[in-house]
Amino acid sequence: MYRWLLCWRYLRTRYIALASVVSVTLGVATLIIVNSVMDGFTTEMQDRMHGILSDIIIESYSANGLPNHESFQERIRQSVGEDLLGVTTVVHVPAMVTINHRGEPITKQLNLIGIDKETYSQVSDFSKYLLHPENREKLTFLLKEGGYAPDRQNFPAAGWEYRRRVAAMKKRNFELQQQFEIERRRNEELRKQISGVGTSPSETNHTIAPPSSGSVVATDGTLVKEPEHGFQFPDFPMGGTGQHVPPVEFSNNNSVQPAEALAGPAFDLIPSRDEDFAEQFDAAKDQHEGIILGISVGSQRGRNLHGEVEDYFYVQPGDDVMLTFPTAGEHPKALNAHFTVVDFYESGMSDYDSTFAFVPIESLQRYRGMIDPASGLSSVTSIQLKLHAGADLNLVRDMLRAQFPMELGVEVNSWRDLQGVLLAAVQMETTILNILLFLIIAVAGFGILATFFMIVVEKTKDIGILKSLGASSVGVASVFLGYGVLLGAFGAGVGAVAGLAFVANINMIADCLEAVTGQEVFDPTVYYFDRIPTIVHPMMVVWVIIGAMLIAVLASVLPSIRAARMHPVEALRYE
Amino acid sequence: MSSSAQSLGPRVQPRRRLSQPEMSADALRTAIEEPSATHLRVANPVILEAQDLYKSYKRGKNTVPVLKGCNFSATSGQITAILGQSGSGKSTLLHLLGTLDAPDQGEIYYDGQRIDNLPRRKRDSFRNSQLGMIFQFYHLLPELSALQNVLMPLMIQNGPLSFLRSRTELKRQATELLTRVGLDHRLHHKPRELSGGEMQRAAIARALVASPQLLLADEPTGNLDRQTGKQILDVLYELNREDGLTIVMVTHDEQIAAQSDHVIRLADGHIEF
Ligand SMILES: Nc1ncnc2c1ncn2[C@@H]1O[C@H](COP(=O)(O)OP(=O)(O)O)[C@@H](O)[C@H]1O
Ligand SMILES: [Mg+2]
Repeated sequence: MYRWLLCWRYLRTRYIALASVVSVTLGVATLIIVNSVMDGFTTEMQDRMHGILSDIIIESYSANGLPNHESFQERIRQSVGEDLLGVTTVVHVPAMVTINHRGEPITKQLNLIGIDKETYSQVSDFSKYLLHPENREKLTFLLKEGGYAPDRQNFPAAGWEYRRRVAAMKKRNFELQQQFEIERRRNEELRKQISGVGTSPSETNHTIAPPSSGSVVATDGTLVKEPEHGFQFPDFPMGGTGQHVPPVEFSNNNSVQPAEALAGPAFDLIPSRDEDFAEQFDAAKDQHEGIILGISVGSQRGRNLHGEVEDYFYVQPGDDVMLTFPTAGEHPKALNAHFTVVDFYESGMSDYDSTFAFVPIESLQRYRGMIDPASGLSSVTSIQLKLHAGADLNLVRDMLRAQFPMELGVEVNSWRDLQGVLLAAVQMETTILNILLFLIIAVAGFGILATFFMIVVEKTKDIGILKSLGASSVGVASVFLGYGVLLGAFGAGVGAVAGLAFVANINMIADCLEAVTGQEVFDPTVYYFDRIPTIVHPMMVVWVIIGAMLIAVLASVLPSIRAARMHPVEALRYE
Repeated sequence: MSSSAQSLGPRVQPRRRLSQPEMSADALRTAIEEPSATHLRVANPVILEAQDLYKSYKRGKNTVPVLKGCNFSATSGQITAILGQSGSGKSTLLHLLGTLDAPDQGEIYYDGQRIDNLPRRKRDSFRNSQLGMIFQFYHLLPELSALQNVLMPLMIQNGPLSFLRSRTELKRQATELLTRVGLDHRLHHKPRELSGGEMQRAAIARALVASPQLLLADEPTGNLDRQTGKQILDVLYELNREDGLTIVMVTHDEQIAAQSDHVIRLADGHIEF
């Protein structure tokens, strides 16, 4: 009984000892905060990666892919059996996209992925990340009338409506151009008639400049830069419209230009370059093959004048882009093809959002020559599997590895393997932070040790008295040990409460800090999360508290032993 | 309480004024039946006895001999004064008698049983329940009130549960004792709010709360003025007279010694008669 009483009394009368546990408190709070945020980040990232990557990926080394993927699939189905939830085939190839933005070409590197629109969503969360609600439900590569990204503010007009408007402006521009050309020729004729000494063509141009020049649209880079006319079309205010408008191109030469042999001989069916198609293709009614671009491919996240985060779009659903990618075969050639952006893909992982582009697998196979003309069989570069939630990924992966050894030219990986480096880096960061913070608590432990030694020395007489009254050495030691436990518990408890409170309100705190300092704490242009993700694992909190208390108790063990060893007579002899 | 304390328990039943420590039936039977105990009581009412004690302190390389073959005995129910000059080893002797320290040589008997070589645990419980000690400097615990100080031996004796269960009774006992030593108006005062005399009264109450047979007092008036010292002594005399408390009192004051039943003079590590 006396132990409790004295413990309590010593605690009550020596608030200075509480100062020695402040660092324990801070250490515990920081540990909880750091772990929660790191866990939140990791989990969020893992979820996204996992969602994007599917469970198991069987990839071919060869750019030509696996010609016999049907038999592969069959064997996979047989060996994985029950656990298999979905299979899809994918063709991916490095590519370059050219976006015409206000007459200037922007090129970007891409990871072009040909997907099967029926099965791809079964193996990954792909469709979840699309902007158009209908595409989330059921993916098509067709441009929608409108209604993109209803949950996004300031998303520019997109879809057919937008495309028609652009096409109309382009058409008008083309007509003006033609009118201008006729005008020019007439002028020339006139000049010839006047026999040479007349006005210069540029002056003439001015006189016949289109009356409504404000609405004239710059279409093609080539057109705007046409120097001989000496007049510039004002920029089209809606952003990127650069695309193939065949009639303009052809009319410049005043004759129908033959389609350039950009692609290999096998690919003369590229729609946009096809002569007949070009004549029929009406941008207001037709679209090229659909493409879904990663949102960062088509946009730039930045801050506007008011410091607000804003996405600026170079290209929107409804615009056309040009892709350049290698063909399959022994001598790959670069191939150009036009696609119409039908949606954006926003996973929140900037790596993916800035490099992924999705097109229908059949068209990619066709373009690249991955369909055997004789048999009609196609090749794929990877097969992706989705397993049931409870399935052991590594087990299945190892089994498939045994079945499809590297010699076959394929590699079997789970999504974790593919993102192993990133996950390991995050894991290591967390571990190091934990070690560092525990060291801080250990330092706090030495503070407690010193304080306790002082208290034991100060309490020498009390120890003597207690022993003369019949208290055992163990009893006396436990007074000080209990004191340590109480202090540790107090420090760790307050720290845990403070840490949890901090985590619970972390976004509010970040906002407050932002308001006070004017410095963005959590910059959404960097992280792609608009809130700081946190996860509190109860076990983590328990372990942190146990660890901190252990350190406090260990720090009070030595002083307690000293107290127990103290000779009562020495303690009592003098005042 | 542990059985060891009971086996050490007094076979003499003195006149007691307060609630008796309940002796178990077993202990009572032993006390009655054991012939040697009866014999001891009749032939030799010595309650505390020391034979040929040696004690020296080591200071660095050289040892300082303090007690050199010291004999001592205290008769039950009487006051024995140990007189000697400062530094003559009185406190050392008292500490040995109170098992706070162990002699280099020699034996100490309490009620016929050797106590100087008892295991630590038994010595602890012996000090707790058979022995009361008071000191020149009172040695109260500064964080606790007078009442809590007095309750301390009972708290040590009882575990938290049994203490809490019998708390009211034990508190009543402590309060009664404090009233007896004349401190009922200072129950909840901290030692620093008490005068020297009051602190010594509280110390006496604390020494006696576990109802011991024997009180060891180390210059209890040494730090008090003559008037207060006399009051303290009166309290002790009264306890001796009314309850038959055996008192061993260290003093360097001849006058005080003269009022005792026995006087033992300590000089040069020996007892002089
Ligand atoms: N721990 C110790 N180390 C060395 N010498 C000591 C120690 N304790 C007591 N002494 C010496 O023992 C002698 C007796 O001390 P003490 O018993 O306190 O005398 P008294 O109580 O009669 O004044 C003194 O000379 C003292 O200096
Ligand atoms: Mg002394």
